[in-house]
Amino acid sequence: MSVLLIAEHNNKDLRPFTFNAVTAASKINEDLHVLVLGNKSDSVAKAASEIPLVKKVIHVDNEIFDNFTAENYTSTILKHVDNYSHIVCSANTFGKNLMPRVAALLDTSQVSDIVNVISEDTFLRPIYAGNAFATVKSTDKKKCVTIRPTSFDPAPSTGGSAEITKSEPGDKFESSKFVKREEIKSDRPELGTARVVISGGRGMQNSDNFKLITAIADKLNAAIGASRAAVDAGYITNDHQVGQTGKVVVPDLYIAVGISGAIQHLAGMKESKVIVAINKDGEAPIFSVADYGLEADLFEALPQFLEELNKLNSIQK
Amino acid sequence: MKILVAVKRVIDYNVQVRVKDDGTGVVTDNVKMSTNPPDDNAIEEAVKIKEAGKAKEVIAITIGDDKAQETVRKALAVGADKGIHVKVDGIVEPLAVSKILKKIVEKENPDLVFMGKQAIDDDCNQTGQMLAAILNWPQATFASKIEVKEKSLEVTREIDEGLETIEVNIPAIVTCDLRLNEPRYASLPNIMKAKKKPLEQINASDLGVDTKARIEQIKVEEPPKRKAGIKVASVSELVQKLKNEAKVI
Repeated sequence: MSVLLIAEHNNKDLRPFTFNAVTAASKINEDLHVLVLGNKSDSVAKAASEIPLVKKVIHVDNEIFDNFTAENYTSTILKHVDNYSHIVCSANTFGKNLMPRVAALLDTSQVSDIVNVISEDTFLRPIYAGNAFATVKSTDKKKCVTIRPTSFDPAPSTGGSAEITKSEPGDKFESSKFVKREEIKSDRPELGTARVVISGGRGMQNSDNFKLITAIADKLNAAIGASRAAVDAGYITNDHQVGQTGKVVVPDLYIAVGISGAIQHLAGMKESKVIVAINKDGEAPIFSVADYGLEADLFEALPQFLEELNKLNSIQK
Repeated sequence: MKILVAVKRVIDYNVQVRVKDDGTGVVTDNVKMSTNPPDDNAIEEAVKIKEAGKAKEVIAITIGDDKAQETVRKALAVGADKGIHVKVDGIVEPLAVSKILKKIVEKENPDLVFMGKQAIDDDCNQTGQMLAAILNWPQATFASKIEVKEKSLEVTREIDEGLETIEVNIPAIVTCDLRLNEPRYASLPNIMKAKKKPLEQINASDLGVDTKARIEQIKVEEPPKRKAGIKVASVSELVQKLKNEAKVI
C-alpha cells in the first residue's frame, strides 16, 4: 500500500493546497510518494522532496505539462500508478478537472472531496452542499480520492530530503490546446488559506462599493470573498466566489456583509471558526450560522467598523 | 452538428435537505425535485447554438427512475428536439453514468456532449471528465463561455485563479458552469408541444453496463450543528467581542 499524490504547482512553486493534500494523503498511508509533472520544474520537485512526510518524488519534466492540462497529465499518471493503492490530489479546480479522467481509465469509482480519512478505504465527505455528511467505503482495488484542502492542516514544508527520481512522459494529447490564462494577481492572502475572509453579497449594490470591504480587508490582512449573486451581478470577479460551486473557506474569522445566506453560499463558509454577519434584514438565513450578527445598514456599519478597528492598539495579522 | 445534453433530476436547490433518522440517506419523499441547475445551463447553451444555426439537433438524455423523465420533458419544452430516458433504479455512480452515456454516444454519434459541471446532490463533479476519458475526447470543464468554431470550440473555463481559455477539437465534452448563460423558462404552449416530441426509453440493463455500486455508503449524518450565536447591538460591541471574546482580531 503506497499513496501517489499528484502535485499542484505553477512550474516554480508548489501551490499551497498541495501541503494540505500531503497531510491527508499521509493519513491514508505513510508511504507517500509525490508525482510532479511540469515544464522546467526542478524547483518544484526539490520543494516536494523537502516535505518531511514525503518518502519519494517522481519528477517528469516535459513541455507538454506547461499548462497542466488534464489530458496530458492523465496519460503520464497512468504510466506511473502500478505500484500504488491510492491516487490522490486536492479537490480544487485542478484536481476536480484531473482526477475523474484518471479514475475512469483505471475503472475506479472516485471518492470526491473528502474531509476526513477514517481508514485506508473509508472516508467522510460532504454531500448536498454540506447539509449531510456521508461515510463511504471504496471497494475498488485502486482508489482515486480528491481531498478538500481546507479540512486538513498544511504539512510542514521543510526538513525532509526524499529521493527524486526522473521519469518519462506518456503520450501527448493532440485534440486540446491551451490558449490563455487570466490570473488575477493580488497582494492579499489567498482566499482558500487566509486567516480572515470578508465577503460581500448582492447587498453591496455595485462594484464600487466593494471599496468599503477592501478598506477593512487591508486593515485585517484579509482575503476578499463574494457570494455568487455578487459575482453574477458583475460586482467582482469569479475567483472570489465562496460557496458550493465556488471555493470552500475555513478561516478563523469570516465576515459576511450584505449576504442573505443561501444554502449554496453557506456550503462554502459555515465551517469557519467565527462567523460575523452584517445584514439589514434581521430574518436573513445568514444569521442562523453567525456567531455575531449585526442587524444594520452595511453602508453605515462598514465605515464604523473601520473606525473602530483604527481605534484598536493592535490587530492580529 | 448534433449535441447530446445530459440532465439529472435532483432535490431542488432551494430545499433545506434533511438527513433520514436511520442514517441511510436524505429525505426525498414529498420533497420538490428539479433539474440539476447547471444542467439547465447545458441545455440552454445547446439550444442557443442550434438557434444560431450551428447545430441541427439537440438530444436530452437522463438516467434514473421513471420520474427522471420530467427533466427530459423540461429540456424538450425549452428547445431540445428529442429525449432519451435510460431507466435504472437506485443510485448510479458517475463512473456507471459515464459508461451508459458512452453507449448512447456510440448509438447517436453526437459531435458534442454537454452537461452541468456538478450535480448538487452528490457533489461529485466527475461524470463529464469520466466520459471524456473513456471516449478519449478532449474535456472543457467548468465552462463559462463557449465559442463554436468550424472544427473546434473555444471555451473559457472558471478556475481557482481566475479564467482559462482552451481550444478543443470536436468531438468534445463540455461541463457547464452556472455563469455560462441565463436558462429560459418553458412557456405553457411549449410545454404542451414538448409532449409530442419523441422520448425514447431504454433499460440500462439492455445496454450491457454494470451499474453496481463500487462505493458503499455506510451512513449519512447531519453536519455538526453550530452553537447558536448572538446579535450585537452596535459596531463597537461587535469589535469588542471579536477582540476580547472570540480573540480573532
